[in-house]
Amino acid sequence: MTTEARRATLAGRRTWRNRFADDETWLGRLMLAPAVVYIVALVGFPFVLALFYSVSNATVGTTGLRFVGLENFRQALDNPTFLRALRNTFIFALISQALVLVCATALALALQKEFRGKWFVRLLILLPWVAPISLGTIGWLWIFEPIYSVINWTLRSIGLFGPNTWPIWLGQPRLAMASVITVHVWRLLPLATIILLGGLSSIPQDIHDAAAIDGASFWRHHFQITVPLIRPILLVALMFGLIFAVTDMIVIYVLTRGGPYDQTQVLATLAFFTGIDGGDLAGGAAIALFLFPVLAATAVALLRLARRSEVV
Amino acid sequence: MLAYARLRNAGSKAATFAVIAGFATFAAFPFAWMLITSFKETTDLLDPTHNPFVFHKPPTLEHIRVLLFETQFPRFALNTLFVGGMVVLITLILAIPAGYSLAKLTGPIGEKLGIAIFFTYLVPSTILFIPMSRIVSGLGLQDSLWSLVLVYPSFTVPFSTWLLMGFFKVIPRDLEEAALIDGLSRFGAFLKVVIPVSIAGILTVVIFTLTLVMQEFVYALTFISPSSKFTISVGVPTVLVRGDVYFWGSLMAGCFIASVPIAILYNFFVDRFIAGFTVGSVKG
Repeated sequence: MTTEARRATLAGRRTWRNRFADDETWLGRLMLAPAVVYIVALVGFPFVLALFYSVSNATVGTTGLRFVGLENFRQALDNPTFLRALRNTFIFALISQALVLVCATALALALQKEFRGKWFVRLLILLPWVAPISLGTIGWLWIFEPIYSVINWTLRSIGLFGPNTWPIWLGQPRLAMASVITVHVWRLLPLATIILLGGLSSIPQDIHDAAAIDGASFWRHHFQITVPLIRPILLVALMFGLIFAVTDMIVIYVLTRGGPYDQTQVLATLAFFTGIDGGDLAGGAAIALFLFPVLAATAVALLRLARRSEVV
Repeated sequence: MLAYARLRNAGSKAATFAVIAGFATFAAFPFAWMLITSFKETTDLLDPTHNPFVFHKPPTLEHIRVLLFETQFPRFALNTLFVGGMVVLITLILAIPAGYSLAKLTGPIGEKLGIAIFFTYLVPSTILFIPMSRIVSGLGLQDSLWSLVLVYPSFTVPFSTWLLMGFFKVIPRDLEEAALIDGLSRFGAFLKVVIPVSIAGILTVVIFTLTLVMQEFVYALTFISPSSKFTISVGVPTVLVRGDVYFWGSLMAGCFIASVPIAILYNFFVDRFIAGFTVGSVKG
């Protein structure tokens, strides 16, 4: 290669490199593209595929698909187990999140104070959120064990349970539902608490001082001044809690498998048992899609909330 | 009056203490129970007349020996580490440039795009696992750990991009301009100046990605059937719980070992992580 030609290619390479390495618009697109492509391919595409399966007759064995319209949704709505799962999904999410909000507010207000060993208390409170849910839930499985339940043993030995009271926590429908809600509260309480703590620390000290000078009582101070101020963040905590509770399949799968007699089945577990264990992909996809309107509504609420509080 | 104020103060202190102690016990009890169970003889555990809070026989290491040498637990741990390592790698390669681009290069549209990307994190595996199982088998990755390596970044990348975007935003523009004056290209400045000062953010993403991989359950349960390929979160609840025979001692030891250490590590980063959830909804 002649010197001249080499110089020309070098110059060419430099302008090419400069074009992408210094042009902010192009560099910006180029650096963003791989992530966007990945997300479109592995979230967007499967999502469209889910919509497509839900109006088809797809099963694990077959390859040819036939369009069946809303048949899968109609079948789901005719199925009493599905209706039970739909109801349970909302019951579990709403009750557990109501409890979480109340408990998290109390806990966050208490944790605002400085005290010795606070970091350790924080670590303990965070454990349920950080530990893998499936493993934490096995811990509960042992706590709710029919014969050796530590709860029953303790309540009997302090005299709250008579000699003939020995509830089978996961074996009786009502108790099983209460157990599921307990585990949901347990694992989502840390997230809400920490989100609220962040909100509390953003309230200017002046406001607390003014309340103290005006002689506001403990209750008045907290429930008429502090809580209204953190209402937006309280809602953020609620939205995330709802999303995580509504979509969860692990707690039910490990704790009750939907039993006894499908009484604790939720949409997520029913979709799994129908679509994967039962091989009815179309039916499973249709069941799972019932979650989507709830999620979309929550996401929109979250967006509006974010926008509104930024204006304030 | 003063006595009344003091009394009220003491009352509020006692109430605070009660609330904190109560919730800390509630949160930590299952883990404490795992720890106690791990060291108890089986005959001691399975005697309903025994007080479960007391060791009637001396503590034993037998359950931990069984867990480590007679179950597939070490294999699950290795599988999880492998998947975790690969997913961290892919997440960093995709999320670091994307976060930087959204924070500094794409202008006002970057903020909106960032929120859109964050929302894809909220699309749950519960909706996607059925089509995902077909995609995975179409690619011939069924029963392979690579299926998890491929799919897990679909939820780690969106959140990590969002977190890193926040980190890159606060890097002063002067720092990059100084690098440009020194003759580095825009991309060169990103590589040699921005990344080194963002190590804390990158470390947060690494820890966050690892905990998400440890937690994931639905995809791993759907894609993989041979138990030798299970990760911890699926392997422990399915394989170690054999039919109706529960090996509670080893089971609890496995749960404790796999959950508490990573929780302690995560604790150091949790504030940054929560900031990611609430950015835009609070003005601090």
